[in-house]
Amino acid sequence: MTHLLPRLNRRQQFVAGTAVSAGILGVVILAGFLMSSDGLVTNLAARHLSPSWQYPFGTDWLGRDMLARTIKGLNLSLGVGLLAASLSGLIALVLGLAAGTLGKGVDTVVTWLVDLALGMPHLVVIILIAFAMGGGAKGVITGVMLTHWPSLTRVIRAEVLQLRSAEYVQISRRLGKSNWWVATRHILPHILPQLFVGTLLLFPHAILHEAAVTFLGFGLSPHQPAIGIILSESMSYLSTGMWWLAFFPGLMLLVVVRMVDILGDNLRQLMDPHSAHQ
Amino acid sequence: MNKNLLLFILGKLLRMTGLLICLSIIIFWLMSKSPIDPIQAYVGADMMLVGPEQRQQIMEYWGLNEPPVERFKHWLLAVSRGDLGTSMIYRQPVLQVIKERFTASLALMGMAWLLSGVFGFALGVLAGVKQGTRLDGMIKWYCLTLASTPGFWLGLLMLVVFAVWLGWFPVGLGVPAGVLQENVSWLDRLYHLILPAITLSITGVANVALHTRQKLIDVLNSDYVLFAKARGESNWTIFWRHGLRNVALPAITLQFASFGELFGGSVLAEQVFSYPGLGQATVQAGLRGDLPLLLAIALFSAIFIFTGNFIADLIYRVIDPRIREGELL
Repeated sequence: MTHLLPRLNRRQQFVAGTAVSAGILGVVILAGFLMSSDGLVTNLAARHLSPSWQYPFGTDWLGRDMLARTIKGLNLSLGVGLLAASLSGLIALVLGLAAGTLGKGVDTVVTWLVDLALGMPHLVVIILIAFAMGGGAKGVITGVMLTHWPSLTRVIRAEVLQLRSAEYVQISRRLGKSNWWVATRHILPHILPQLFVGTLLLFPHAILHEAAVTFLGFGLSPHQPAIGIILSESMSYLSTGMWWLAFFPGLMLLVVVRMVDILGDNLRQLMDPHSAHQ
Repeated sequence: MNKNLLLFILGKLLRMTGLLICLSIIIFWLMSKSPIDPIQAYVGADMMLVGPEQRQQIMEYWGLNEPPVERFKHWLLAVSRGDLGTSMIYRQPVLQVIKERFTASLALMGMAWLLSGVFGFALGVLAGVKQGTRLDGMIKWYCLTLASTPGFWLGLLMLVVFAVWLGWFPVGLGVPAGVLQENVSWLDRLYHLILPAITLSITGVANVALHTRQKLIDVLNSDYVLFAKARGESNWTIFWRHGLRNVALPAITLQFASFGELFGGSVLAEQVFSYPGLGQATVQAGLRGDLPLLLAIALFSAIFIFTGNFIADLIYRVIDPRIREGELL
């Protein structure tokens, strides 16, 4: 396979990887917006069809086009994941900054909170929160948001602690600048790229957890074309051999998650001065 | 030194107790917020047949008419006596349910844990030794792709391929259907265990493999390996003499520290394969509003994770000679 392609150097590989993953994500999102909802409507004449040119992903037991359902579901997942990951990043920013700048007491509390949040399996916590909020999109988003911040908080806290001891920050303090000045002018600009990349790397986890919780029945409502719903519904039809109901939606989810991951990883390398010039 | 170790263990246990108390308060608060009516969840479809008096009686029976703080006090008192309450959906003491279910889950998780540990380590070592080759690239790609794979989807695929198409394995459940409990042999159980365990282990491979690969590359770039090469040792002897010990310890620790993902994965795997373990009980308890069971399982999962981390810490202290001799203390 590789000898057919011209050999790319690392920079070219990097650009190609980024372009391909951004392209695929773009197509999925664009398709989600442009696609009409016709495929989601029940069409009893076209039930249980295996994949064909007209229905590349096949149809389900109500004759709905699986391609349309998958694309709509992916967009829903991307939206929920994006919202949850961003909120999680926000929590990480606030707690990380607070732990790093507000003194020992706050630091202890935040470290303890991180331990607390890591003390239970993510999935069980999300189930509990979704249960407490009575399910639905709000429950999933809150659940994912409240479980994914600890690792990023640790990173940001460490970064802030390191910056605080930097000489120019010490000098700035001696010059009488306030805590607020130091936090917004010296520390925040260094943290923002970290935060951005960190959030992007949280994003795949958020999507996967959303799909998993929805699959278990705690997440998005069955009326929405979420990937988790599609997969859990497919379970009753798998033993009759309708493999396409599960195969394509899951595969597309895998592709989308991997693309987001590649994008995040490439951005991280780009922002890291050690590897940016390789 | 022994005193140090004892202090370390005591400190950890104290921390655990504090964490558990806080977690139970938070979980209790979450549950009292839930809009899901436990009585309706308990009665189910017969809700129309239950009059207000009966409803009152059920509430009193479960102690649901008291304010949450009172209920929490009662619960805490009962727990200190070793009574975790009665599960609403299984009509058994919660402790009993957890014991039975966890035994089933333990078999599943243990098998998956061992498999993923061994395969992950082997793949990581292979990739590390062959760093930069096509094999390394393939293993890396494989692991990164696995990390983005929804585990339950993988389970569905396994189910379609091995149970439906090939018919090698049963479609689900922990024991054969229609057979009395005492007639189920351990072979039957093992047979039903294989597919979920493999599914669970496949996703667990990625983490260990990538970590081991990175560690091994670090070790192979060290001065002492350079010296060994200069002495003319072969790749294999270098790995055997210098690599293995340095790489095995982090891998084992990582494997113990991954109990959380293991538990989460088993919830999904058990749901896909309708395997009657603790994960399935978690989902049932959540969907049907079985508060005592859900609370107990949540706390149990916290203890489970803590145990994993605790063993990982302990292994580092006991096995690593540098820490054991107090160098890095």
